[in-house]
This record gives sequence, structure tokens and C-alpha cells, in this order.
Amino acid sequence: MAIVSALLAGLVFGVGLLISGMADPAKVLNFLDIWGTWDPSLAFVMGGAIAVAMPGFRLVGRRARPYFSAAFQMPARTDIDARLVTGAGVFGVGWGLGGFCPGPALAAVPLFAGGTMVFVPAMLAGMWLASAVTGSLGKGLLARSS
Amino acid sequence: MQTEFTPWLSLLGGALIGLSSLWLLAATGRIAGISGIVSRLLPPVAAGAGTGTAFVAGLLLAVPVFTLFSGAVPQQTVSPDLLLLAVAGLLVGFGAVFGNGCTSGHGVCGISRLSQRSIIATAAFMFTAVVTVFMMRHVLGA
Repeated sequence: MAIVSALLAGLVFGVGLLISGMADPAKVLNFLDIWGTWDPSLAFVMGGAIAVAMPGFRLVGRRARPYFSAAFQMPARTDIDARLVTGAGVFGVGWGLGGFCPGPALAAVPLFAGGTMVFVPAMLAGMWLASAVTGSLGKGLLARSS
Repeated sequence: MQTEFTPWLSLLGGALIGLSSLWLLAATGRIAGISGIVSRLLPPVAAGAGTGTAFVAGLLLAVPVFTLFSGAVPQQTVSPDLLLLAVAGLLVGFGAVFGNGCTSGHGVCGISRLSQRSIIATAAFMFTAVVTVFMMRHVLGA
């Protein structure tokens, strides 16, 4: 059931990205272009997502364990370190150059735009490189951050 | 290039993203951070990668399902500058894993958990992204 749930979650996530227009890099870049052709849509996407997730996460947090697995795996760290800010900063530069972040880029793969087909392998290489640099290959982000 | 401001569709799509994150957490106990999920699938693959693989498979199914039900292929404009997108991809992938998250993990899930780390990360990547677009469009004129 965990597998089916995750498949469904991925599908709904992707459909949400498509409906909201976030799989279109032009729309994302226009959100970031405050002093140009500004399109505030992305703020509404984040607003809609947080409006559902924030109260929802609180309700889920009352449960002892998830429905189909043994335990919740929440990020444990609360400290602000240079890696967090540096990584986010570098991520933002790439996001501003291409208008793609990981979710929309993956969801857009079946549309086969040339730029997407170059972006996604480069993104995977960048992820692998960061995992190698931080000595956390094969461990995932949560293990890495705890 | 101008794009149409779509407050209602964006709000609806956003709510679906929130619902998906909520469902993934309630069902599997995991945060819907795309960069975390994807980086766990890179070699050498960590144990318990089944749910991550299923999530990514669902994400890849979104375009066919959306097209089937709406009768229209999603519109997008991707830059034809392949070198630019290669550099963008490298920076996005590296930065997301180095900084422990991206727009979904920090921006949606982290802020929903009122995580101070995620709020600071989101502010940081929004800032550098806005500056990058400003430089590219209004200073360099690309």
C-alpha cells in the first residue's frame, strides 16, 4: 500500500504542477521577474499548497505512525549552517537561469522539450556530485541532514 | 514574454500539491521533497527506494493523465539555449542536495512545518533567483 500511495501522491503532485502552470518555465521566470513581465501565479501555488499542508501536517502529527509504514521520517535539524544557505543560494541561481526546479522538470519530461532533456540529466549529475561531496551517496537527504 | 496570470488555477494546482504532500506524509511518513526523493534513487541506491521510485513514476504519469482528461497538452516554453539549461540543471541539482531541499521540500513542506531552516532556505533561493533573472533580463539583456 505504501507503494500505491506514493504513486498516487506523485501523480497528484504532477497534475497539481501542470494545472498551476508551474511546468512552464516561462511562468516561473516571470514570477521571478518582479521588475519586468511579472506573473504572481507562483505565489498562489505556494499559498494553496501551504494552506492545505500546514493544517494537514498538524493533524497527521497527532498520529503515532503513518498508515503504511513503521515511522515518520522528519528532518531533525534546526540549526542554520553555511551549507544550507550556500546550497539554497546556488539552487536559486540555477532556478533563475532555467525556470525549472526538480519537480516541474521531471513532470515535464514526457513533453520532450529539448531543454528539459538536457536539464534533467544535468540536474541528476549535480545531485550526484553534491551527494559525493557531502559524503552521503546512497543515504538520501534525511540521513544527510541528521 | 508575458504569461497569463492564473490565480484560481494556480491556487487549485497548489492545493493539489499540498494534498499530495499531506497524503505522502500520512501514508508513508515521508516529506514530499522532490530533490530528496530523487537523490535517494541515484546510485548507489539506498534501501527502501520503492516508495521513491513509485512517487517519481507517478510524477512522470502526470502529463499523459492530464492530457487524457483535459484533451489538451500542457503548454510550456522552454529556452532553446541548451548550454544554459545544462548549467541551470547542474546548479539546481547540486544546490538542492547541498542545501538539503528545493521548492517542494523547503518551500512547501518546510514552511508548512514552520521549520526555521526551510524558511531561511526559501528566502535565500528566492533572493538569488530574482537577482539572477534581473541580471539576465535587465542587465545582460539575454
